[in-house]
Amino acid sequence: MTEQPHSPAAPAVTHPLNVIVATDCGSTTTKAILIEKVGEEYRQTYRGEAPTTVEAPFEDVTRGVLNAIAEIEELSGRTILDGERIITPNQATQGDPKRGVDIYVSTSSAGGGLQMMVTGVVQNMTGESAQRAALGAGAIVIDVLASNDGRLPYEKIERIRSMRPDMILMSGGTDGGAVTHVVEMAEYIAAADPRPRFGSTYRLPLVYAGNTDARPQIKTILGEKTALDFADNIRPVLERENLAPARNKIHDLFLEHVMQQAPGYKKLIDMAGAPIMPTPAAVGVIMETIAKRDGINLIGVDIGGATTDVFSVFNGLFNRTVSANLGMSYSISNVLAEAGLDNIMRWVPFTIDEQTLRNRIKNKMVRPTTIPQSLDELQIEHAIAREALRLALIHHKSLATGLKGIQQERTISDVFEQRTSGKTLIDLLKLDLIVGSGGILSHAPRRIQSMLMMVDAYEPLGVTTLSVDSIFMMPHLGVLSTVNEQAATDVFVRDCMVYLGTCIAPIGQGKDGERCAGYEVALPDGRIEKGQLGFGDLKLFPLTREQQATVTMQPAKQIDLGNGPGQSFTKTVTGGVVGLMLDGRGRPLQLPSEQAARVAMLSRWYQAVGLYPTGS
Amino acid sequence: MAHSYTPGLTVTERTTVRRRRILPLPGTVLAKVGDSVRADTAVARAELPGKVVPLNLANQLGIAPDEINDYLVKKEKDSVQKDDVLAENKPFIKWFKTEIRSPITGKVESVSTITGQILLREPPRILELRGYIDGSIVEVHPDQGVTVETTCSLVQGIFGIGGETSGELVMGVTAPDQPLTPELLTPAMKGKIVVGGAFLSAATMTRAKELGVIGLVAGGIHDKDLRALLGYDLGVAITGTEQVGFTLILTEGFGTIPMAPKTFALLSSRAGQKASISGATQIRAGVIRPEIIIPQATPAAGAKAPRIEREGIQLGDPVRVIRDPLFGKIGAVSGLPPELRAIPTESEVRVLEVRFPDGTTTVVPRANIEVIEGA
Repeated sequence: MTEQPHSPAAPAVTHPLNVIVATDCGSTTTKAILIEKVGEEYRQTYRGEAPTTVEAPFEDVTRGVLNAIAEIEELSGRTILDGERIITPNQATQGDPKRGVDIYVSTSSAGGGLQMMVTGVVQNMTGESAQRAALGAGAIVIDVLASNDGRLPYEKIERIRSMRPDMILMSGGTDGGAVTHVVEMAEYIAAADPRPRFGSTYRLPLVYAGNTDARPQIKTILGEKTALDFADNIRPVLERENLAPARNKIHDLFLEHVMQQAPGYKKLIDMAGAPIMPTPAAVGVIMETIAKRDGINLIGVDIGGATTDVFSVFNGLFNRTVSANLGMSYSISNVLAEAGLDNIMRWVPFTIDEQTLRNRIKNKMVRPTTIPQSLDELQIEHAIAREALRLALIHHKSLATGLKGIQQERTISDVFEQRTSGKTLIDLLKLDLIVGSGGILSHAPRRIQSMLMMVDAYEPLGVTTLSVDSIFMMPHLGVLSTVNEQAATDVFVRDCMVYLGTCIAPIGQGKDGERCAGYEVALPDGRIEKGQLGFGDLKLFPLTREQQATVTMQPAKQIDLGNGPGQSFTKTVTGGVVGLMLDGRGRPLQLPSEQAARVAMLSRWYQAVGLYPTGS
Repeated sequence: MAHSYTPGLTVTERTTVRRRRILPLPGTVLAKVGDSVRADTAVARAELPGKVVPLNLANQLGIAPDEINDYLVKKEKDSVQKDDVLAENKPFIKWFKTEIRSPITGKVESVSTITGQILLREPPRILELRGYIDGSIVEVHPDQGVTVETTCSLVQGIFGIGGETSGELVMGVTAPDQPLTPELLTPAMKGKIVVGGAFLSAATMTRAKELGVIGLVAGGIHDKDLRALLGYDLGVAITGTEQVGFTLILTEGFGTIPMAPKTFALLSSRAGQKASISGATQIRAGVIRPEIIIPQATPAAGAKAPRIEREGIQLGDPVRVIRDPLFGKIGAVSGLPPELRAIPTESEVRVLEVRFPDGTTTVVPRANIEVIEGA
């Protein structure tokens, strides 16, 4: 593989964009959508999918892309392909509006996505900043090395050598500070002589975004051994993070080097009318846009076959993490390993012996493209999904933090409050919206199933709205927004976001059946639903996205709805395809430890909201 | 509709396979095109760089990093023996003399006047790459390795653990649905690859290890036994480097699942012959499945590795159901309804109808069947 780096820059599109085809090449499936301008607005009209083909016998990602587009051709009656070429632009002006599209765009996470190793000097300072920069660029971080990570120098060198990352990001030191430690790390990397995952003959891309004073030494040590590139320091001073330049550099190198080595990507880059984006980076664009547009705090999750990405925007601060081995197919067995059998079993509303469950999970791992056919198989997958979502959020909370190691000014009023720097930014009480995406959430047979999976996994506090990506098209819209903002926004609002409803969950615990809160729901038709919410109760009221209801609640003593323990609470909320859910199950959520009682409790909850078909 | 099908595992009496034998880093290729090689023939050799040991001399001598060149006894690229003096200070009083000795035998890789550290490297380790299969060299990749080709019977498994090995193939059972129990293993099976039927228990694996069996092939095992064998819960299916005493290949999956009759018949017909097996599995980017390669002496006339490019499932295709509740059942496609159908989960998916050997038919999501390739 000795091809010269290919320029990612695509020719500027000059014709109007009325028909757009977009794909996302995932690790399992390639999903294509067609977007057409209908009147003055853009709508998503058809969808096709096919297995991703980065692997033998095809080893060419474009085969899967063409197959997915071919499915759209069949469904829409539009001719898009001419052999292996996408016909652009649309031939409407030639009198054949059913031929061709105006642009093709794509995202990709196939082939394991972008795998990076990052280095810093102090693990929870520059090490974490480097990790956030790489994650924000859509990468999977396979290891974080730091001068103080507790590993002996030779262990670090062995580790660097044994890993085969797609790229390395080096950070460390503030500008003008000491250079010793960061140079030391460069010496370790040089001694290890790391090799890239794909292609044995090309040099490994390395971005240096540390102390600018050390650049000459870094160049001497690593200039020959790696494809070295510089970006501004990600931590120019201790109190400030500057991640954008490093993030952009990672994107450039991803396209110039890494994608060139993956099977068929050179062809894919040539086919596309805009640079290919890593899938998580495209989803991140969408999440940031929603939070900014509505001025809200949100958590987004994309649960895939191999990985689970979590995005959050709190007070305008964007964070992303990827849990590389939490997923619903390739990584399903790892969810079992990390969560433990008991944690998965606690969500299964029937009894099943451990051996059977373990074998079933392993069989899904070795045959990752299969789908649940029977109801009990579906319920097991939903149980596993809850745990994958829960673990990924724990991981996200640990990284989405304020900067650590910063000196804090304390006044006399802080004497009794020992606050440490680097607290998590995730505050579930201030959370406004949860957005779910990924096969298990987008394709759940009933929307209430997606809603309850997210509520059970995240245990939102107080009032929270929930939504899902209708058919999994956020990545497509993320990349599309880089070429046509209006098209992306139109489709996002009309076809992509499905509001599920609002969940109101009082904080506190009590015995099953005990009073949690009194409620009064003033519904849009004038009816008023009044009653008592007991601990262990789950109540659902139909309410659409366009409708509003005013909810007044009087919590029991010690129970909090955001206004303080025992304080009454009134709020006007909107609904969604599921409606308004009052969750009296306690926060933290309580489940009986005894098996029969737990199954009975789950069955009661699931029936209360009509989670699964009855009579099963 | 477009090509949505699950490519199956290959089970074929005769095919030509090529295996690239590539060194982990550049080295010397020991064979040339046309050479016949055996599974244990060394085809390429490389020197794995030795371990690196950093020492911070500046700290140990109590000097500034940029002064260390003045104190060095050994310079960059010099060879050193263990306990050789690397650097020393020259005090007026001999008692205060500090000598830094080398903890290893090797050479001085580099000296840094910025960090004050010296990097020592141990001598390289020789790595010999073997042929893996009996065959002939069809391509040499200069400095990297070779491609070996052989005409063979080929069985791909669904999951395996353990690395490459080769030995005589023997049958441990007489029927594909018979489990391989410990008493079926005999001392004569030492150094051989034993084929079981539907299931292998933990006791059978322990017995195999005691006897020195080098490979086990069976329909399924229990996940809990795998966990006990490995000592940990396998999270992601990337295997091939485990050292459990033998290489294990499952042809069907987890649980008690009879080996597909075709696979069993093929392996039975090759009993007594030499086979090369690998348990390496990677069910992620660049799928690798475990394999059993049984070289066949006479090459097929003009045999070429078949490049299977199916255009989708056809009526009559032999298929295997790969998900509960009918996991492991084998039948033939008897209907391909084009429209989406609701299944018991309420999902609307593309389905197909399968007729089983007993004449019964059932509807299964297309995602849950696997075409039996090489049929």
